[in-house]
Amino acid sequence: MLRKILKPFSKFFEFHARSHYRAERHSMALTIGIIAASAVGGFVEIAPLFSIDETVEAAPDMRVYTPLEQAGRDIYIREGCYACHSQMIRSLRDEVDRYGPYSLAVESQYDHPMLWGSKRTGPDLARVGEKFSDEWQVQHLVDPRSLVPESVMPQYAFLLNAPLETASLPGRLAALRTVGVPYSDEQIENAADDARGQAYPDTDRAYAVEERYGEATNIRFFDGRRDRLTEMDALVAYLQIMGGLTDLPQKTQIAEGE
Amino acid sequence: MMENLTIAERQQAMLLSGGLALVGLVLAIVGHGDAMGAHGWITLFFAGGLFFVVGNALYAPEPTLDRTTNYYDDPTKVGILLSLFWAVVAMGVGVWVAAQLAWPDFRFDAPWSSFGRIRPVHTSGVIFGFGGNALIATSYHVMQRTSRARLAGHVSPWFVLLGFNLFCIIAASGYLMGITQSKEYAEPEWYADIWLVIVWVTYFVLYMRTLARRNEPHIYVANWYYMAFILVVAVLHIVNNLAVPASFGAAKSYSAFSGVQDAMTQWWYGHNAVAFFLTAGFLGMLYYFLPKRAGRPIYSYRLSILSFWGIVFFYIWAGSHHLHYTAVPQWVQTLGMTFSVMLLVPSWASAGNALMTLNGAWGKVRDDATLRFMMVAAVFYGLSTFEGSFMAIRAVNSLSHYTDWTIGHVHAGAMGWVALITFGSIYAVVPILWRREGMYSPKLVEWHFWLALSGTVIYVFAMWNSGIIQGLMWRTYTESGTLAYSFTDSLVAMHPYYVARTIGGAFFLSGAIIGAFNVIMTIRKVREDTPELDYPTKSEAGEPAVPAAE
Repeated sequence: MLRKILKPFSKFFEFHARSHYRAERHSMALTIGIIAASAVGGFVEIAPLFSIDETVEAAPDMRVYTPLEQAGRDIYIREGCYACHSQMIRSLRDEVDRYGPYSLAVESQYDHPMLWGSKRTGPDLARVGEKFSDEWQVQHLVDPRSLVPESVMPQYAFLLNAPLETASLPGRLAALRTVGVPYSDEQIENAADDARGQAYPDTDRAYAVEERYGEATNIRFFDGRRDRLTEMDALVAYLQIMGGLTDLPQKTQIAEGE
Repeated sequence: MMENLTIAERQQAMLLSGGLALVGLVLAIVGHGDAMGAHGWITLFFAGGLFFVVGNALYAPEPTLDRTTNYYDDPTKVGILLSLFWAVVAMGVGVWVAAQLAWPDFRFDAPWSSFGRIRPVHTSGVIFGFGGNALIATSYHVMQRTSRARLAGHVSPWFVLLGFNLFCIIAASGYLMGITQSKEYAEPEWYADIWLVIVWVTYFVLYMRTLARRNEPHIYVANWYYMAFILVVAVLHIVNNLAVPASFGAAKSYSAFSGVQDAMTQWWYGHNAVAFFLTAGFLGMLYYFLPKRAGRPIYSYRLSILSFWGIVFFYIWAGSHHLHYTAVPQWVQTLGMTFSVMLLVPSWASAGNALMTLNGAWGKVRDDATLRFMMVAAVFYGLSTFEGSFMAIRAVNSLSHYTDWTIGHVHAGAMGWVALITFGSIYAVVPILWRREGMYSPKLVEWHFWLALSGTVIYVFAMWNSGIIQGLMWRTYTESGTLAYSFTDSLVAMHPYYVARTIGGAFFLSGAIIGAFNVIMTIRKVREDTPELDYPTKSEAGEPAVPAAE
């Protein structure tokens, strides 16, 4: 039967095999053929994502990460958290019930790179922000099994004693601006101070953070320590803002429900 | 090894390694206080060591015979040994990470030993260290034999091989220090990425120059695949790693892409790393070593053409099946799914072509474990490509995504297909390269085969079970319409499978260790024997590149 189906194409196959037999004598012909054949798919699928406006929703309230949150994000990457935790709630009923409104494109608009993940050895974290207290997060990072006995998560107690390096933050924010995150000159210049301010409420630095990043910014002693700024401060600040950069997902899905 | 190089070539090698050592020194100075500085020191020691090794033998006697009458196998030999070294290291780390998921305290009280940091050591170590070295080494072997010509150049093959290994060392040591871009299978930072581009371009030029010397009008199928591997991996690597460093004195950089565009670019890369690193290159191995070992010509030339261009064209589209039901636009998801399903045709054409080639040689498959490695690899290739197409269907993916099923699928491919074809090829090529009568112990090859096969089967079954159970538990509702299981419930259910997976991995690892031992003993203990007709020649009668078709 296969033979019958293929019969009308036999001339084409014949021609193809013959011309290939000639072409494969030339390494450049193969090179060009491979590049051409492999370029099509990527071009068709990727290029339009940059030019079609509907790809990323408009969210007027979408804000950028503060320097402290960005530093926390960098620690999240450094420790490889993304290997076990996704940050992408799919548009499936059980995921929405378990984790919250499904993720929108705009939520990771300023994520260079995105951390959607590919595996859930632990739960999704896209909306983990403010679900637990700072104390819970710190304790869970220090010793996960003290709170969740079945957990297989590694301990990150060392973060509590690691002072946060802030000198490189202006450079980091500047690099992020180069790739498209709208940080202002002022935000870049004061990045190191702002990182400190966000973890020290009721100080001048803290007020400056509020001014630059909005009233809704979380300003707290994230790690509970008042004597120094630690990597734990940064990581917890990042965890607590997850899902909190914009209200659009909640609004969208309430509207859909109605 | 130095006796095959002229003094001019040794000087070139010293110039290159000296230059690289200087680059390392600069990195060490500007990166002082950052992990990049440590990488500078590693580069400095690596290149400096090479500088002295070559310099020590600078005025040793030069080669006297006409070198073009022989193949240049020194880099191939070193590549094979490096591949085995990485196999043992990376698979060992693999067993360790697997054990950490079953027993989370099975680690040191140090940041570097956490799952998140050592997991990429396992993945990169296996893919690039073990797979990459095997690909480079066998490609040197295959391109020379199928072209019946000696490698073009004596320094550049070393530059490619050792440069690539420097990249692997920087990658693995970086992960332990927390240097990562977080892009899966593209974790190394900007300076390592730039270095790999230089190495890779040299590799391509070397390949083209060697092909240009060929004494054979046609370019054999295996070379098409190796070429596709080299070319497309270069494109993928450059695009996906576009990034802006936060400072030229530190490792940290930020990807040029964000959100949706980054996700699509990353999985365009990620899936085609599977396609062009873990498939195309290894199909090159299959197309050479399987017919050669079986003593049979490839079953169908036309199927080879069909499957080659099918794989090159279709695979590129498939990446978006990693992003079903996410914030990526639905049209992209649908395209990814469609092409993933169509991909089954060229994949099965390849697997079928390989298995049909064995018709008439099944007796050899029964008796010869080396050929059996290759046969089973082709079977696993067929099975895991079928599974891949199946999992790319949206409805199936809604269950399988984020679960261990994906891990099981990847390992069916990586252990069953990639590693088995590599070990088969290594066993086939070692006696030829070192001019030995045969492997030291055929019995150990048998042992390796059965350990590898049973390890793979245990691993894959464990992950199928855990993945499907996980997926089902996450979506099960009670009668009152609430979720039946907490996330922790699903994690507890995984424990027995995580233990089984560790055991399967340990089986596979012990096979690899036996293999490495067998290769070393072959080199040290087995008597020399010169195979006939293994030299460059203009005449087809001297040695046909591969068993001739009718």
